[in-house]
Amino acid sequence: MEEKPKSALKTFLIELLVYAALVVFYVLLVIRVLGNWLNGLFEHSKTHYAIAALLLIIGQGIALEMLTTLLLKLVRLRTQ
Amino acid sequence: MDFLISHTHISPFYLVTVGFIIGMLGGFFGVGGSFIAGPALFAVGVPMNFVVGTDLAHIVGKSIVAAKKHRALGNVDLKLGFIMVAGTIAGVEVGAQGIERLKHLGQASVDKVVGLTFVIVLLSISAFVAWESWQTLKMQRKRDGKSKQSAKPSSKTAYKGDESAFAHIAQRVHSIKIPPMIKLRASEISLWAILGVSFVGGIFSGFLGGGAGYIRMPSMVYLLGVPTHVAVGTDLFEVVISASYGTFSHALKGNVDIMIALVMHTGAAIGAQLGAASTEYFHGPKIRLAFVPLPLIGAAIVIYGLLSGKNLK
Repeated sequence: MEEKPKSALKTFLIELLVYAALVVFYVLLVIRVLGNWLNGLFEHSKTHYAIAALLLIIGQGIALEMLTTLLLKLVRLRTQ
Repeated sequence: MDFLISHTHISPFYLVTVGFIIGMLGGFFGVGGSFIAGPALFAVGVPMNFVVGTDLAHIVGKSIVAAKKHRALGNVDLKLGFIMVAGTIAGVEVGAQGIERLKHLGQASVDKVVGLTFVIVLLSISAFVAWESWQTLKMQRKRDGKSKQSAKPSSKTAYKGDESAFAHIAQRVHSIKIPPMIKLRASEISLWAILGVSFVGGIFSGFLGGGAGYIRMPSMVYLLGVPTHVAVGTDLFEVVISASYGTFSHALKGNVDIMIALVMHTGAAIGAQLGAASTEYFHGPKIRLAFVPLPLIGAAIVIYGLLSGKNLK
């Protein structure tokens, strides 16, 4: 009876590790690529910076939701 | 990691963990989590004006998907949402202008005034939610005893849902008949009551950051009498628009470090999914009672920062 929850937890932890690895890679990429560019925008044009900031957070919101939904779907499929 | 825009040095693991925790809380309790996010950023040395603007930006990323999901479930009252947007945006601007005024007095003034206001709001919310949940649970227990005596098991289903001991307050607000009256899904209410509630929520949002769901959500349920699931959906829809406006307004004033918001949001995205999934196992006022200690943790962090003049870095 306890086999199913155990395997679900194991699969979930694996998926969480996959997500964590993706996040670390993404954060490093964002910092490298966008860090200096955004700082330049912030210093020189607040209007462009405000537009870029809004677009970036909306874009990331949609992209990460798709990724997390996919990962959780995989967890459910494997545990069923 | 150095965040050049706000001139701060914060561990990205700390930001992702904070994001994860507030994402969990958001998914579970249906709140933005700024009562934790704000103090958590302030605790590691982010200046208060950046705390306010950055938290708003982070809220946009988190709420946009949740609002879309609630819209698909039919939980968004668009008419109510658009009217509230007007009141909230006006309030956000008043709050953001308040921050601007304080900035002229120096960073210490911003930190002190915003920090103290934050503590008062957090303590009030915690006390109110505890009192309200306790009253509702007491009301349910009383009725449970009565229904056992009269042997009516069918009444048990009535309080499985999200009822409140303060429904009479909403009835009083509905009895205010100042025109124009607005027809909502299940009731009719004065336009001024809706604008008043959203304007006050907007001021909190602009001045303290976040979506101010901790003010607006209870106000919609207790004052406007909106059913809880519609209040959550409409609030999220409204937050997307008003927080986007707030982010833009604060970014123009130089109060947003979008890099911090982006890193924090990576943790919030997975936390929100997990929090939402765990709501299947809990119901009603017991959830609200479990919420009580959370604003107290936020208040404790801000009080520590204000009294010691140090951050937790």
